Amino acid sequence: MSAAKFIAHTDVPAWLAELAASMRVIAPVTEGGNVLYREFDSATNGVELNRKPTESAKHVLFPRSEALFTFRKEPVPFAPDSLDPATEEDSPAPRMTLTQPEAPKPTVVFGMLCCDAGGVTTFDPVYGGRYQDPYYLQKREATVLIAKACNEPLKTCFCTWVGSDPANKRDADILATDFGNGLYLEALTERAERVLGSKLLQDAPANAEAKAEALHAAAREAIGEVPSLEGIDNTLTTLFDERDFWWSHSAPCLACGICTNLCPTCHCFTITDEKASGAGVRLRSWDTCMAALYTLEASGHNPRGQKAARLRNRVGHKFSYFLKNNNGRISCQGCGRCIKSCPSSVDIRRIVLDAMKKGCAVKEAANG
Amino acid sequence: MSIQAQLRDAILKVLPDVECVIGWGPGPDPLRNAPLFMKTPDDVERFEAGPLSVSNLAVFLQEYKGNKVGIVVKGCDSRSVVQMLAEKLINREDVVIIGYPCEGVLDAAKIVTKLGLPQEALEAGMVAKLELEGESVTVTARGKTTELAIKDVTATKCSICRYPNAVLSDEFVGEKREGLEDSYGDVDKFLAMSEEERFRFWEKEMERCIRCYACRNACPLCVCKDHCVATSRDPHWLTQADSPRDKLFFQLIHATHLAGRCTGCGECARACPVNIPVGLFKRFMNRATEKLFSFQGGVDPEATPPLQTFKLEEPTIQERNWK
Repeated sequence: MSAAKFIAHTDVPAWLAELAASMRVIAPVTEGGNVLYREFDSATNGVELNRKPTESAKHVLFPRSEALFTFRKEPVPFAPDSLDPATEEDSPAPRMTLTQPEAPKPTVVFGMLCCDAGGVTTFDPVYGGRYQDPYYLQKREATVLIAKACNEPLKTCFCTWVGSDPANKRDADILATDFGNGLYLEALTERAERVLGSKLLQDAPANAEAKAEALHAAAREAIGEVPSLEGIDNTLTTLFDERDFWWSHSAPCLACGICTNLCPTCHCFTITDEKASGAGVRLRSWDTCMAALYTLEASGHNPRGQKAARLRNRVGHKFSYFLKNNNGRISCQGCGRCIKSCPSSVDIRRIVLDAMKKGCAVKEAANG
Repeated sequence: MSIQAQLRDAILKVLPDVECVIGWGPGPDPLRNAPLFMKTPDDVERFEAGPLSVSNLAVFLQEYKGNKVGIVVKGCDSRSVVQMLAEKLINREDVVIIGYPCEGVLDAAKIVTKLGLPQEALEAGMVAKLELEGESVTVTARGKTTELAIKDVTATKCSICRYPNAVLSDEFVGEKREGLEDSYGDVDKFLAMSEEERFRFWEKEMERCIRCYACRNACPLCVCKDHCVATSRDPHWLTQADSPRDKLFFQLIHATHLAGRCTGCGECARACPVNIPVGLFKRFMNRATEKLFSFQGGVDPEATPPLQTFKLEEPTIQERNWK
């Protein structure tokens, strides 16, 4: 792996412009009061590294809506003979033409949050584990992730609670730390090489590693006390049928999809055929377990008819079911977007902490 | 006695007769309250009402249909309750309405802007402390404390609020306030753009819509709930494509269905996580309904919304300008 590098803030736009010549460059930009991960455009977009992006970067690898393939039914040429029952067996069957989408372009995501990079590595076992999803895996392989260490956690941030860190080196390809005058870039994987060849990059200054570590520690400190979530997976299983627990926590929920759509780890999708006149596209688009349609069965029965059952699924998946299949890793990355953007102020931290408290009580009662 | 203390007394009085009283309590950060569902006097201790009580709690009432609940309402929230009563979406005997004179609610984005955006790249989540005192709000962020006048940071809807007091209530605490004028200046300003410009505007805005449907779910008068045209698969009205066209299509359906019903609470726009001004669609419709039918939603529980009935001769519509 290449040595650590440094780039002055003033050189960043030029560096991104250089990369944009051969790659798709995605970076956080301000738009309509939000910070969104958009394609970098050196003419118009100033990169915003000081405010937290409103959305996660998951759409880069898992688009909101992506074409799995397009299809077109070929018209059958009119053949008078085919109307003769004697020759029916020989008549041509209607032909369907399927077209695969183009291979993804080499991409770099610049300045993503560490929690968003963490989201990507929770996608990996889902789309690249037992079931290999070519659409995801091709994009994943073609994409370099440059995460920026978080220097000012928000009131809603809790990454340290869930095994992550404002500057974790587990998930991205490069970790960038803001030294005030520029970014200190640490390569974390082989993939990092693809974007570190620029002449605009300088060698890292002396003591950079220690300086970065001090900044990381300060951010970690700012999040505050870390409560124990030991055994949260089994606790939530114990609480599965506690109606009052889920009813009271879901009372303010509006059952919209803000939390799941902004979440860096929510990865559920639905598939629809969008067609007209024998041609169309098979789309894979984001689904949300907060919606009634998510589990509606063909019979009309819905096992999660109430919002309490849907909220339970969201919390349960992040803090229990995912852990059982992924060596105890909590899928939630603690980015806090579901709290920050919830119009009804539903706070997943409160639910989890309350579960820890109630779970102990339920277990004690069961043990007599 | 403060309005909050008076409201607490009123809630405690109602509490024994209802399943719960819906009000507001502390939120996850200092800039906002969260809905609070009070069942015991202990819960009432946590009740808060004031400039942080932003959410319109009427949105929850339909879930309790058939069970008696209490609800604390600002003027705008009370109009939602009235409109739901007018449309028989809830029963009058199921709801105890506790009203108070609202002084306006805070707009977190305006506070953050006043504190120094964009130069300081501040966000709502960096506000460590917020204190309300009379006409001012004191905010601490990044170790710096700033005093702001509440009137400079209230939601835009509050500066054109015609009904600050609950228009219908079983208990009303405090002294009624004067309403303000609403001349629909925002709609006029928007309509001053050419049709092409307006279309481009919405195309750009809708592009960042994440299709979470919070605008729909935050609306107390969206009644289709789990059977919305936007997500129905059979019939399949809207595609799942991530296109401004489909997203705009839904907004137009939403606004059309709310014509003559919307009470202008603004929750659709507040709920939007990417700040799309979706309230403007409904404001346009509200102005049209007022002009055409002299009708405002959510003022009279006995009234029938104009598009749910017809009159042989509409008194306010002059066909062909005949007198």
